[in-house]
Amino acid sequence: MSMNKGIDPRGPRVGASITAVLLAAVVLLGPSPAGLWLLTFIMLSFLLGTLRGAEGSWQGMLFKKFVRPRLGPPAEMEDRRPPRFAQGVGLFVTAVGVILGFFGVLPAVPIAAAVAFVAAALNAVVGLCLGCEMYLLLRRAGLVRA
Amino acid sequence: MLLGQVVALVVLVLGTAALGVWWSARQGAVRAPRQAPAGIDWASAGVALADRVTFVQFSAEVCAACRSTSRVLGGLTGSSSGVGHRELLVDDHLDLVRSLGVLRTPTVLVVDGGGREVARMSGVVSDTQARQALNRVPTAAAEADGEGQS
Repeated sequence: MSMNKGIDPRGPRVGASITAVLLAAVVLLGPSPAGLWLLTFIMLSFLLGTLRGAEGSWQGMLFKKFVRPRLGPPAEMEDRRPPRFAQGVGLFVTAVGVILGFFGVLPAVPIAAAVAFVAAALNAVVGLCLGCEMYLLLRRAGLVRA
Repeated sequence: MLLGQVVALVVLVLGTAALGVWWSARQGAVRAPRQAPAGIDWASAGVALADRVTFVQFSAEVCAACRSTSRVLGGLTGSSSGVGHRELLVDDHLDLVRSLGVLRTPTVLVVDGGGREVARMSGVVSDTQARQALNRVPTAAAEADGEGQS
């Protein structure tokens, strides 16, 4: 549907700000079971975003339903692949924290949340797109194909 | 215990803010050229250089910042003679990307008529920054200003 036309670039940024707040909450909860459960929820959100694209995550749905109708049309559309790739990076980082957490290494939970927070907050506030920054490096290393 | 977590979050937020300011300040900033080992044979890479200065932009399909940069540089070449803009997809020019040390998209090389790199920029390039880069090639800058005023 939005495959070729691209997506509203403000969608992933609004989604990232919601995610950043949740990740900050995990940092506040510290190495605790509550933090582990919240990080697990965030990890599953990233899984949804990786499978369906950032616009298909629940944060993307919230943007579409409540934020987008209040905004004018965007200056330009954005390719949906970089935000989706960023969701995959978030999935990887939070999954490491969750897996270590369930194996009893609870300090890994706030640490993983902190790493993911940096990426999500920078995406939300200054528009840094991790997928865009890393694309050429990964291409040069031969880790992704065109 | 809780105090430690609050301190951790404050440090994290401040660190992230510092990183954000640093990253934003680098966007499109005109930097010195990277010393190329030897002159690049632009013609054999399929890049036809303009008379005075050419913006050689490395882009990727997935890169949103490349589109706005492309629009800015395209607009500049339209208003000044002897200034060209060539956009290359990194996927098609990986060898060139490696030999030139291009690490991210968009990266713009400012190349003079002789094929020598005089400056480079990476990230979103604004019109002001592009004109600033043109100033590195004196004749081209004078030309651009003259055309802009007429």
